[in-house]
Amino acid sequence: MEIKTEDYHVSYDTETTTIYCRGSLRLSGMEEYTPIVQLFTQVVDMEPALISFNLTELQFLNSSGINVLSKFIIKVRQKKKVQMVVQGSQKIPWQGKSLKNLQRLMPNLQLEWL
Amino acid sequence: MTQLFGDFSDEPISSEEYLILGFSPSSVPLKQRWRNNGLSADFMADYLTTFFPTSDDADNSIVSKQAEVKSAAGYIANELLENAMKFNDESSQYPVSIQLQLHDDHIVFCVTNSVFPKKVENFLAYIHKLTHSDPQELYLNQLERNAEEENESGSGLGLLTMINDYMAKIGWKFETITEEPKVIAVTTMVRLSV
Repeated sequence: MEIKTEDYHVSYDTETTTIYCRGSLRLSGMEEYTPIVQLFTQVVDMEPALISFNLTELQFLNSSGINVLSKFIIKVRQKKKVQMVVQGSQKIPWQGKSLKNLQRLMPNLQLEWL
Repeated sequence: MTQLFGDFSDEPISSEEYLILGFSPSSVPLKQRWRNNGLSADFMADYLTTFFPTSDDADNSIVSKQAEVKSAAGYIANELLENAMKFNDESSQYPVSIQLQLHDDHIVFCVTNSVFPKKVENFLAYIHKLTHSDPQELYLNQLERNAEEENESGSGLGLLTMINDYMAKIGWKFETITEEPKVIAVTTMVRLSV
């Protein structure tokens, strides 16, 4: 599963059950985020034991994007059997500011700084 | 008539360093102009880096002050422009502008756009909620509420993330520009310590 444009790249690696978000996500609202939401939902519906959410190359995320990520975390939280690891980069300043909020939504979410 | 809310300082610009971008009313659909928000925000953030030089001995593993200011300014400018373009009253022919002022220990963004007179009441109620609640609680509640909705029109998170994650101070000025036809301009002022 993969969505690739000039600005961003979202993909799912079934072997490592890892979702990668790369580039810059500043789409103009929920409608434009729909393909990404669908990819996330497909992954949640497969209920892998662990989902790694790799954001280490996600340079920019607007508030609509924060909303999309948060909704995804809440969906995972509802699947009691699915563990979640969010991988961030301390070299990308917004992640140091905002990724902790995902942990507030799902307290047993693991936040890894790579 | 002019009304101020939140942390709004209505003094003339005291900073000698500032940058203003203006956007005239356009017939091009917003979707096609959307990319301009990011480009303008990136430009303003990049412009700022001149004033925050990187030090040679900076540890690579730590985010430098320059990178931090650039990222925060880029995020805030982008959110403010996205909001201004989304909520602008296109029929008013009033231009949208964004201004960045540099001060010794803080930067200020001022974004002005017109708003639909009928939507002012809702906007004021939102401002009241934003300025009279615990921002962290409001933020988490908003996320949980959004999660229950499939097609919310906006995330309602832009200003909240500025307050929560960037410790920004926000204020608003509402001005009636003309009575007939009714044109109301809102200036959103965001102050960020640097």
